[in-house]
Amino acid sequence: MTAAPPRLVSPVRGLFDVYVQEAKIAIAQQIQYRAANYMYMLGMVAEPVIYLVVWQTVAAQQGGSVAGITAGQFAAYYIVWTLVRNINIVFTPYGWEERIREGQLSAQLLRPLFPIVEDLGFFLGWKPVVVLLWLPIAFFLALVFHPVLNPSPLAVAVFAVSLLGAYLIRSLNQSSLGLITFWTTRVGPVFQLYIAAELLLSGRLVPMQLMPDWVQTIANLLPFQWTFGFPIEALVGNLSTEQLLGGLLAQLFWIAVGSILVRVVWRFAVRRYSAVAG
Amino acid sequence: MPEPAIHVADLRKTFSVPVREGGVVAALRSLVRRQHHEVQAVSGVSFDIEPGEVVGFLGPNGAGKTTTLKMLSGLLYPTSGEVRVLGHVPSKREAAYLRQITMVMGNRNQLQWDLPALDSYELLRAIYRLHPDDFRKIRDEFIELLDLGDLVRKPVRNLSLGERMKVETAAALLHRPQVLFLDEPTIGLDVTMQKRIRSFVAEYNHRYGATVLLTSHYMADVQALCKRVIVIHHGRLLFDGELATLAADFGADKTIAVTLKEGAPEQVDFAPYGEVLGSDDGKVSIRVGRGRAPDVAARLLHDLPVADLTIEDPPIEDVIESVFLGASADASERTPEPAATR
Repeated sequence: MTAAPPRLVSPVRGLFDVYVQEAKIAIAQQIQYRAANYMYMLGMVAEPVIYLVVWQTVAAQQGGSVAGITAGQFAAYYIVWTLVRNINIVFTPYGWEERIREGQLSAQLLRPLFPIVEDLGFFLGWKPVVVLLWLPIAFFLALVFHPVLNPSPLAVAVFAVSLLGAYLIRSLNQSSLGLITFWTTRVGPVFQLYIAAELLLSGRLVPMQLMPDWVQTIANLLPFQWTFGFPIEALVGNLSTEQLLGGLLAQLFWIAVGSILVRVVWRFAVRRYSAVAG
Repeated sequence: MPEPAIHVADLRKTFSVPVREGGVVAALRSLVRRQHHEVQAVSGVSFDIEPGEVVGFLGPNGAGKTTTLKMLSGLLYPTSGEVRVLGHVPSKREAAYLRQITMVMGNRNQLQWDLPALDSYELLRAIYRLHPDDFRKIRDEFIELLDLGDLVRKPVRNLSLGERMKVETAAALLHRPQVLFLDEPTIGLDVTMQKRIRSFVAEYNHRYGATVLLTSHYMADVQALCKRVIVIHHGRLLFDGELATLAADFGADKTIAVTLKEGAPEQVDFAPYGEVLGSDDGKVSIRVGRGRAPDVAARLLHDLPVADLTIEDPPIEDVIESVFLGASADASERTPEPAATR
């Protein structure tokens, strides 16, 4: 005896459903571990606060600004940094390493959905909770460091869109890196190299305009600055309309590159699953 | 003639495993010259399974069962050979194929650990693009069949192993697959829970005509569900046929159980009749060759005051063990063993 197979919804609705469900699960988990998550977030604030204190000190010693950036603008840069950093939390290569080494990928490979889509949905689902948790931290930092920023409505809109772009670029890049595990079993050293490049070439460590010209030239050829520097500058940097819209186009370009890269690497990588999975 | 649900022809899988001696010197040497060892996990296995069949896939640890199942489900690329499941080539991992199969691995967890299973079920609905009405119907049907009740509303981490396996099994079948690959689905479960999972699989097969390929070290699973078994060892197919035939082909012995009317059995010497396996509560068990069983039974009835006598096939576990032992002996002599095929 056989019964008719269950009806399917359209692919577009299916994909939308996946994002909604992943978001629900991510939010439920975030709320369940809210205290731990908040501690994690507070710990993450230490990094920009150190940068901020250093640059405000340097600015004070140089008569109030460094390369035209005032103490208040440094404060704005690094406070917005904290939001961008939290939005930029993605599924890391370490996650891929564990998933592949422990054979956990099997369950995902058996599903009719590209695993990276699940990751994108899940981590995107975190973000509303992240923003809520971030607000008190930003308020406190603003009280202490007195940020100065006067964004236009367009700058605010571009900033909001660029957060999504930054998230996607970083997710795709780190997924491609994570897939290296299929060949190497361990991905840590490669990932550390990536993080070092990101620190220097993204605006994460220092605003890009403080970097030497040759570093800025290299950064222009790579995706990193579109994941940190651009979203922050969009809100605090008084960018022109051309710069704002051009930045979004650059993000689109790197999203396309990342999507193609992850697809290509995946095609070769998944054939090697046997070598490392249980 | 309809196409078989599963078609496997001369399937092979070879793994290349890095090897080196222990110690620092060997570790340094491996930096410049890595050595690999080829392991043939599956060596030319062929079989067909018709739609709706429930087949037991048996073999000792390392026989190649799980590797074969992984190739059938699309998790592993075969080294060579042909595999078609429901007309699809599994290694292409097409969405249309993955929507029609499932693989349950008894020791794996695909549900969100911290959340109630209902949340994971909703995610699976989205992933499989199930229409909400059909999904709810299937989900509720499984909740009833597996007697899940409130288990689906508790965080998965709070469930016992058996309870978790039940909610996992439901999750694996929510998209109503046509082919089920069950890899040790009852491993670690108590007898009651094993029975529950077994009866669910049987009911699912009956209701939806699904094809099932099952590996299990619990012969009770196989006896309850499978008329047909495929036995593999060292990656080779040893037997493919009815479970009952397996006992006839490989069960070289029978067990005769005798209870005497009077006198303690200890006072009788049963050695001339066969190998005495033991006695329990006045009942003596004797192992004799399959062909000699009727004669020995007749002699026992003639010679002794027999109150009760039964002739039984050996337990299926013993039969399977004798298949494996025979195969190991063959392998050690490096003679290719002829597979008893259907």
